Amino acid sequence: MTETKRKTPLIDELEKGPWPSFVKEMKKEAHKPITRDAISQLERSYEEHISHWKHGGLVGVMGYGGGVIGRYSDLAAEFPGVAEFHTFRVNQPSAWFYTSDALRTLCDIWDKHGSGITNMHGSTGDIVFLGGTTEAIEPIFADLTANGWDLGGSGSNMRTPSCCVGPARCEWACYDTLNACYNITQSFQDELHRPFFPYKYKFKFAGCPNDCVASIARSDCSVIGTWKDDIQVNNAKVKDYEKQGLDLNADVCDRCPTRCMSWDGKTLAIDNSNCVKCMHCINMMPKALKPGKERGATILIGSKAPIVGGALLSSVFVPFLEMDPESEYSDLKELTEAIWELWGEHGKSRERVGEFIQRVGLSNFLEEIGLEPVPEMVMHPRTNPYIFFDDEIFEKAE
Amino acid sequence: MAEVTIQQLADAMYDLVKSTHGKKNLKPMDVTKAMIDQFGEDSVDKALCKKALRELIDTGRCIYKYAGGSFVTLPEN
Ligand code: SF4
Ligand code: SF4
Repeated sequence: MTETKRKTPLIDELEKGPWPSFVKEMKKEAHKPITRDAISQLERSYEEHISHWKHGGLVGVMGYGGGVIGRYSDLAAEFPGVAEFHTFRVNQPSAWFYTSDALRTLCDIWDKHGSGITNMHGSTGDIVFLGGTTEAIEPIFADLTANGWDLGGSGSNMRTPSCCVGPARCEWACYDTLNACYNITQSFQDELHRPFFPYKYKFKFAGCPNDCVASIARSDCSVIGTWKDDIQVNNAKVKDYEKQGLDLNADVCDRCPTRCMSWDGKTLAIDNSNCVKCMHCINMMPKALKPGKERGATILIGSKAPIVGGALLSSVFVPFLEMDPESEYSDLKELTEAIWELWGEHGKSRERVGEFIQRVGLSNFLEEIGLEPVPEMVMHPRTNPYIFFDDEIFEKAE
Repeated sequence: MAEVTIQQLADAMYDLVKSTHGKKNLKPMDVTKAMIDQFGEDSVDKALCKKALRELIDTGRCIYKYAGGSFVTLPEN
């Protein structure tokens, strides 16, 4: 291992233990002055409990407004190697499938031009190259594009869409997440590279309500696979689970959030009209149950992780949308453009679309984008005292 | 719609960015709204402004900068 510039007793602690250590990995690249100074500055930050990075500014490739995040050291005199330490976001392939050749190409480009430190992957999903100079920006971009790669999003634009592995590896996928993610990425290239919004806008595609990409918490537009018809049940296999020790009543039926299922020892009865597609029973008995056959996605809008205000989860906008790749997802695109038009014009600076909806009110927002309100948009309809179901009204009338 | 070319619009955008440089950060939407005000809704719309902005950025006369949000500004030199 190459000696770092100064002793680093504090961050060395992070090398101990059996788990992977980013410090250990960074030290492998410490033969480069940029990486060596990044390690030394990190130790200094641990000593002082303060970050020495400044970010923002004027860096980028010609024509793009995103993809490179300017980062500078405020201790440049002491650590000249990290005076400029920019971050590059590279658009990842759908569901993060790579050939080893592709990974080698990326690493070779980054070894040639930058620190050699990567983050696979950033929270939005991009491949992240950490630590390059301003001078290296255009050459990196040229090498990336020559090899079929492109930068991802940053700033007030559409961020790089991401998706779960979907039908590539998962039998529960209710639509082709990879195709949808790729299609949306290609269709909105202008919005990805040229900031035109009040703030960021993220898409995440999950193939079923398990939502392995956490789209409901982390994307302005969550596209979550679902089904319309009945859960597919194989009662013989349900019985097998029971024989293997699964307590069908305690562990499956009683944990169904709407209590819409029952087991009499032979047949699993499901009142599908009350199933809220939580996936619990399917997750418990994957060999016995499957999502229905009439599959598509629910479109939810408005989540964000907390920065200024609190965290928001997405809310249902379209309960069921067919996600046929032949359609080129035209309905989703139409809805997205209507939202961008309204929020783009009236959103405040750094206001996410979910916050905008809270400010102007959901009913006004729906009216402006031309969407009819439907019961599925109601949060917690079963416990909301202002919502009445037909049968309750009729019961009272009787 | 009276004829305003992309080039004319890009020039007007450039003048606006130059005149506010160092005084006010302009978002792409601020530039767009200013152009619609200047030329009138009948002559200029958002789609045309997007094209003009693209022209402005692609030729390097203006660049994007990030300062908490994305803004249109002049290159450093
Ligand atoms: S979200 Fe659903 S379809 Fe996608 S990987 Fe997870 S379980 Fe499979
Ligand atoms: S998916 Fe959830 S709501 Fe539907 S039947 Fe299974 S446990 Fe109940």
